[in-house]
Amino acid sequence: MSVAVENISSKFEVLDQALESQMTLSMGPQHPSTHGVLRLELQLDGEMVIKTVPDIGYLHTGMEKLFEYKKYQQGIVITDRMDYLNPLGNNLAYVMAAEKLLDLEIPERAQIIRVLMCELQRIASHMVWLGTHALDIGAMSPFFYCFRQREKILNLIEAASGGRMTPSYFRIGGLMMDLPAGFERRVRQFLEDFPAALDQLDTLVTSNTIWQSRTKGIGVITAEEAIDWGLTGPCLRGSGVDLDLRRDNPYSGYETYDFEIPVESDGDVWARFKVRMRELSESYKIVRQALDRLKPGPTKADAPKIVLPDRDDMRKHMDSLIHHFLIVAEGFNVPEGEVYHAIEASKGELGVYMKSNGGPKPDRVHFRGPSFVNLSALPVMSEGEMVADVVAIIGSLDIVLGEIDR
Amino acid sequence: MADTKVLHEFVERLKAKNADWVTDFKDTRGEVTLIVPRTSIVDVCWFLKAECDFNMLADLCGADRGPEEDPRFEVNYHLFSTKHFNRLRLKVLLSDDEPNVPTVVGVWKTANWHERETYDLFGVIFDDHPDLRRILLPSDFDGHALRKDYPLRGYEPYSLT
Amino acid sequence: MGLENTLFESLPDVITVRLDAVVNWARKSSLWPATFGLACCAIEMMNSVSARNDLSRFGAETFRASPRQADVMIVSGRVSRKMAPALRRIYDQMPEPKWVISMGACATSGGVFDNYAIVQGVDKIVPVDVYIPGCPPRPEMLIHAIMMLQEKVMNESVKDRRDTIENESRRSIVPGTLPVTIGTESETAAKTAPTRPYTVASRHEKRRSS
Repeated sequence: MSVAVENISSKFEVLDQALESQMTLSMGPQHPSTHGVLRLELQLDGEMVIKTVPDIGYLHTGMEKLFEYKKYQQGIVITDRMDYLNPLGNNLAYVMAAEKLLDLEIPERAQIIRVLMCELQRIASHMVWLGTHALDIGAMSPFFYCFRQREKILNLIEAASGGRMTPSYFRIGGLMMDLPAGFERRVRQFLEDFPAALDQLDTLVTSNTIWQSRTKGIGVITAEEAIDWGLTGPCLRGSGVDLDLRRDNPYSGYETYDFEIPVESDGDVWARFKVRMRELSESYKIVRQALDRLKPGPTKADAPKIVLPDRDDMRKHMDSLIHHFLIVAEGFNVPEGEVYHAIEASKGELGVYMKSNGGPKPDRVHFRGPSFVNLSALPVMSEGEMVADVVAIIGSLDIVLGEIDR
Repeated sequence: MADTKVLHEFVERLKAKNADWVTDFKDTRGEVTLIVPRTSIVDVCWFLKAECDFNMLADLCGADRGPEEDPRFEVNYHLFSTKHFNRLRLKVLLSDDEPNVPTVVGVWKTANWHERETYDLFGVIFDDHPDLRRILLPSDFDGHALRKDYPLRGYEPYSLT
Repeated sequence: MGLENTLFESLPDVITVRLDAVVNWARKSSLWPATFGLACCAIEMMNSVSARNDLSRFGAETFRASPRQADVMIVSGRVSRKMAPALRRIYDQMPEPKWVISMGACATSGGVFDNYAIVQGVDKIVPVDVYIPGCPPRPEMLIHAIMMLQEKVMNESVKDRRDTIENESRRSIVPGTLPVTIGTESETAAKTAPTRPYTVASRHEKRRSS
């Protein structure tokens, strides 16, 4: 029995012929509130939105094609530029997919450091979300407070990896190199000041009546619709669905940490906001636990043909030198097969589909970006809202165009 | 690695319902892949959504095996269940001269944009899709960019003079 | 700008030199950027505006969303082929005097992405005054670039930045439209020109791939 496609109206996302009382507005690619180069075609009746048609592709970079021409370890650099607010998350997804293909076992210290850096990155990404979301709705001060905290985290990431926003810190088989001396002290210093900063933001934003009246009841999406549209991450948890890949499909040792998953049931902008604010405190907890667990140990897997040897080793032993040369010059052959690995990035489920044909370069790499899927639900969420509310909804979806357009 | 016994049960139920829904079945690295003929993909998806609780389509992507291979294109459907947290992959193989596959937009609404992206980058045509047009590349782009025979650096753009 | 146009034709040089200094000082001390953040470099641009590295100390106080009110266009991020016409249109909408800073490796030369989708350098579309390397450049580098641009502005002459007068603008090509060719010699030339294929393999294709 084949079911016809009945409940989808034809030409869903093309604007109908406008009546005389309606106006078509193009919220163009250059706009201060669209969080990047996103173009929205809005069909308006006065101030109310009747239909929204997102037009993406203004940042299409052809990254998926580039992966096929670069060796596996060269591709890590490109993943940084995809979701540029959460580059360590992209690195982690790509590296874990390759490790799944290679069947590598990662040492414990590397896993703990991966969790630590990813949660710090999640805090940094949520800081940008809050700063820009508040800026769009009209509050300018939280922008500066949030970016102040983000500067501290960027300094920490730069100390570990050398790059503020494009760290490429993870490698296939572990980390690029171990944490520098004094890193734990600096992270503890940051953790001491962070709860006070969160309280400050709470006072500025959460308890503000203007903020509440601008975000409550806006952009509602129910739980069944959210699952049908493929929403994940805080957008899904704001609609009442208790799903978090860190707990439900755990990876990199997340099942051993003690943290809660915040869930709200209203499904509006306010609920998503509250979910992300509570996620900030949960990430703080995870960073503290990871820091307490750090023990000295190896940070790279024991696979000399895949993982670069230590520099000292390379200078003294001939076989390490040969391995280093071969890995850098020719790459390593990855066994044939395909794998799909998903992690919980700061925006939702970031999935990597990697297909290998036995050579040093992948055959196909596809990134399932959470922002891509979250944005596809924007027409549903913004029907019947005012134009100013569309800006609030886009902010609450937390989209990054680099991930949408790849 | 994940426990795949539950997924094997689903495959048995699928085969019991209709034997030619599943042409091949692979279980490697903790992931189960089913190869489904393209005419029955919508029925398989409805069955899996209704009976086996796969209520979310995590990803729909295409792959090009190369112009000399037959079948040339693959379309992979990654299903996810928010109740039991299982993952399953369905694969449809398509040849170069008939890259058509029925759309699953009626099953999961999220397939809309994923299918548009696969059409845009590979040229796979989804029958009965409500709005199949380019999404990432410019609308006057010539060719499908992620095919293996499309060069990495592209062609010179058309010049007006 | 019309008053300055007619005035400068008639004044002797000694007065315009003095006027240069004053006008350029005013221009460099209040360079208002247009928000043209595209990708990762845009976030570093936001970092350079925020409290730690404060760009407004150098006069770039407000980032104007409307290009009609902006002086500098900081192209931060990769420019894809689909975005290029929009970039040119925003540049044309900015009134004179205007400058362009190309921030980051992708805007300067295509960066990491040497492929079909990215314009290999924004100077193929708009004239650039200052190039900033880096992927992404640190906020301090953007501040240094603004300071270099200020030095460049100080050394300009006011006569360099006139609006195009009417004759020139009638003959100019309006972006987004086709040039007028009916009845001109280029039309007859085009009719007799040999046909070329619709797409030609780019000269990069003749190189060996990396």
